Amino acid sequence: MSGPDLAIVGAGPAGLSAAIAARRHGLDVVVIEREGEAGGIPRHCAHPPFGLREFGRVMTGPAYARRLAAAAREAGAEIRTGTTVVAIEPGPRLVLASDAGAGELAPRRVLLATGVRETTRAARLIGGSKPAGVMNTGTLQGLVHLEGRRPFLRPLIVGTELVAFSAILTCRHAGIVPRAMVEAGEAVTARWPAALLPRLLGIPIWRGTALVAIEGERQVNAAVLQGADGRRRRVATDGIVLTGGFRPEATLVRTSHLALDKATGGPEIDQFGRTSDPAIFAAGNVLRPVETAGWCFREGRRMAGFVAASLADALPDPEPSLRLVAADGYAWVLPQRIVGGEGSREGALQLRVTRPLAGRPVVATEPAVRGAPFASRPERRLSFPLAALPAAATGTATIAVEPDEALR
Amino acid sequence: MPENALPSRRDAPDGRYDVAVIGAGVVGCAIARRFTLDGARVVVLEKAAEVLDGASKANSAILHTGFDAPVGTLEAAAIRAGHAEYLEIRERLGLPLIACGALVVAWTEAEAARLPALVATAHANEVADVVPLSAAEARALEPELGPGVAGAFRVPGEALIDPWSAPHAYLAQALLNGADLRLDAEVRGGRHDGDWRLDTTQGPVRAGLVVNAAGLFGDHVEERLLGASRFAIRPRKGQFLVYDKTAAALASHILLPVPTEITKGIVVCRTAWGNLLVGPTAEEQEDRTTAALDGATLAGLRARAEAILPALKDHEITAIYAGLRPATEEKGYRVRAVPERSYIAVGGIRSTGLSAALGLAQHVRRLWDRPAAPIAAPLWPTLPNLAETATRDWQRPGNGGIVCHCERVTRREIEAALAGPLPARTFAGLKRRTRVTMGRCQGFYCGAALAGLTAGRLAVPMLAEPGDAPDREADDA
Repeated sequence: MSGPDLAIVGAGPAGLSAAIAARRHGLDVVVIEREGEAGGIPRHCAHPPFGLREFGRVMTGPAYARRLAAAAREAGAEIRTGTTVVAIEPGPRLVLASDAGAGELAPRRVLLATGVRETTRAARLIGGSKPAGVMNTGTLQGLVHLEGRRPFLRPLIVGTELVAFSAILTCRHAGIVPRAMVEAGEAVTARWPAALLPRLLGIPIWRGTALVAIEGERQVNAAVLQGADGRRRRVATDGIVLTGGFRPEATLVRTSHLALDKATGGPEIDQFGRTSDPAIFAAGNVLRPVETAGWCFREGRRMAGFVAASLADALPDPEPSLRLVAADGYAWVLPQRIVGGEGSREGALQLRVTRPLAGRPVVATEPAVRGAPFASRPERRLSFPLAALPAAATGTATIAVEPDEALR
Repeated sequence: MPENALPSRRDAPDGRYDVAVIGAGVVGCAIARRFTLDGARVVVLEKAAEVLDGASKANSAILHTGFDAPVGTLEAAAIRAGHAEYLEIRERLGLPLIACGALVVAWTEAEAARLPALVATAHANEVADVVPLSAAEARALEPELGPGVAGAFRVPGEALIDPWSAPHAYLAQALLNGADLRLDAEVRGGRHDGDWRLDTTQGPVRAGLVVNAAGLFGDHVEERLLGASRFAIRPRKGQFLVYDKTAAALASHILLPVPTEITKGIVVCRTAWGNLLVGPTAEEQEDRTTAALDGATLAGLRARAEAILPALKDHEITAIYAGLRPATEEKGYRVRAVPERSYIAVGGIRSTGLSAALGLAQHVRRLWDRPAAPIAAPLWPTLPNLAETATRDWQRPGNGGIVCHCERVTRREIEAALAGPLPARTFAGLKRRTRVTMGRCQGFYCGAALAGLTAGRLAVPMLAEPGDAPDREADDA
């Protein structure tokens, strides 16, 4: 059985945009989506702004998701919903599950675009009882926008990444009035002007405050919060929305032959999106936590071009490579491997810092390379031009922040 | 049939049961099955809206051999008999068995010095196949073990099972063969005039024999029925961590510590569903209903887990839970028959209840000195397989598609759990029957779909209907 040129796993913004682009390159494309509908996370982000760059207008998430799925179908991609990829094997060979039972597919190339999820209550080791009313933003948005439910009236919103403000918009849509936003750090994580939203809605932001326990039998009735001074207080609330702390949904990578980068939690790739198996590519938020839908859309489109180049045997060899490791101050770097010579140095490294930091990036190649000074916070976008890396460098090099307090 | 034999259900006069089992935990379910198969007309009275809602909702899912049980006790005998009966009946009921064996690992020289005595205890408990191992041999069997192993021995018979499918199967078999189950039926009192007339929150129940298997409330029930209780429950909390399926490859055996007087200690083992479990703690408390998790204690468990298996630091914790064990003021089981009151207490099953349940049921049946009139051809329910070691429903056609992606639970499995002789009545009950939302995303992907799928079909809905908004005046300063 000969499979398609390209099988894309996941029909979110990255996967669908890759499907559209791959069709334009003349590839025969199947997109495999485990949910009943294509579109990914934007399906339940029922607020703008989506689609400004992609479609030239401001759309809500669901409208954007529908538009993307329609565009992929119009471009000639086959989208198989309700179908799960349960394993990836060398070949490549995909093991599938659907209403029809187990199946398989043997495409020439695979693109993983399985996205991200938020950190759960369990992984955060939050104490207390286990009542109903504790959920991630993704669950809340699904309940409100897909099921028309209102799981609580006065929840706490935990975290201040951009998604926390999306949670507030979802609450507003459902007539839910959050009691407060709770942020363990000293400052709001998302960029201005996100923090204006709670102020406009009269929702306080409690900084330097951690959620340590949840109380309630059937439904949440209180939260125990701990301030930076270690003092605890109990706050009446009927729900907890645990926002952000995104991590790649990379289970398929973890259970396969592919190399996983512990720093991003996603597959290790080179600048052409190739994983450690050169027939398998990856794009979108499975690569790292976390980027916008627009970014994932553009990333999917770019990676589809590389898939087409790979099928035409037009990519540089995957080895030798320069392997980059995030060190002092950086949480992760993407891509992790740089291959090819000077002609392959378009684009940039993506980076995030581990804590609020000011300084300049330094790559410990021979000779060492320094980048432009910056001041940043965790979860904020940073980059470093690939062209600045020494063309002949191979082996392993760290990329670290050389701190410079004067820049703060 | 001898005149005083247990009559079969068909012969029973309406409204009277031969046996009322109080409590639908693993022990109560096994007892209900035993009496039913022996021809008795049985009713199970459970005060919660769902079965397995007390001590049986959280344990370490191990089928023990009893190698370390106190020698010569009922506990040792019940584990031995229960283990044997599980092996005998599990295939007919569709119950899993991961026969992985256990390693008892000593982490200090002092612990290593106690290993020979434990081996001798195992032999005294008729577990003859334990194998002493050097530290190097233990490490060869479990290469991911952290530094500091001082010695070990292997117990081949220790195994992993599904802690919920087993009691569900016991009760389902009882129900299929004529037993009744009353939920939301708390026993408020009763009087004995040759027959028991129990006063429950679901109305009066008349029964010849009462078996008190009320777990965490066993002493309360005894007090209500006999006026005073011979034992006092002292709840002992256990907190657990569950790691993602990727961590299951780190340990082949059940990794047991050298037990102390108080507890079997922190166990690291796979689960039948392919996860890795760490726990439990042993914490005395007064509260019998709430097993609160504590972040600092869980972090301590994680640190202990990473000392045992250092590679765990790169794996995700997917679930945290806590349970209460019905310990008493004494160490052993508190099983006692009061023949003149037609009453049997099965109290203080503080641990090992999952392993001992079938054996305890045999024992309790023997305490009721009526000859058996076993059902000639009992019906055997087959439980849906959730273990990773056999074919799962998603691999078969017509499954309706996967709803819970992390645990690969199909729509057909969910529909089946909402129907049948023992349908799920709460969301926790649905989780125990199917594993929905128990994986790494904890409902991020499927929570909304499940709310839709279960709407109007659970006695206690998945989402509470929010009432009045909480008042900030209720805050503590």
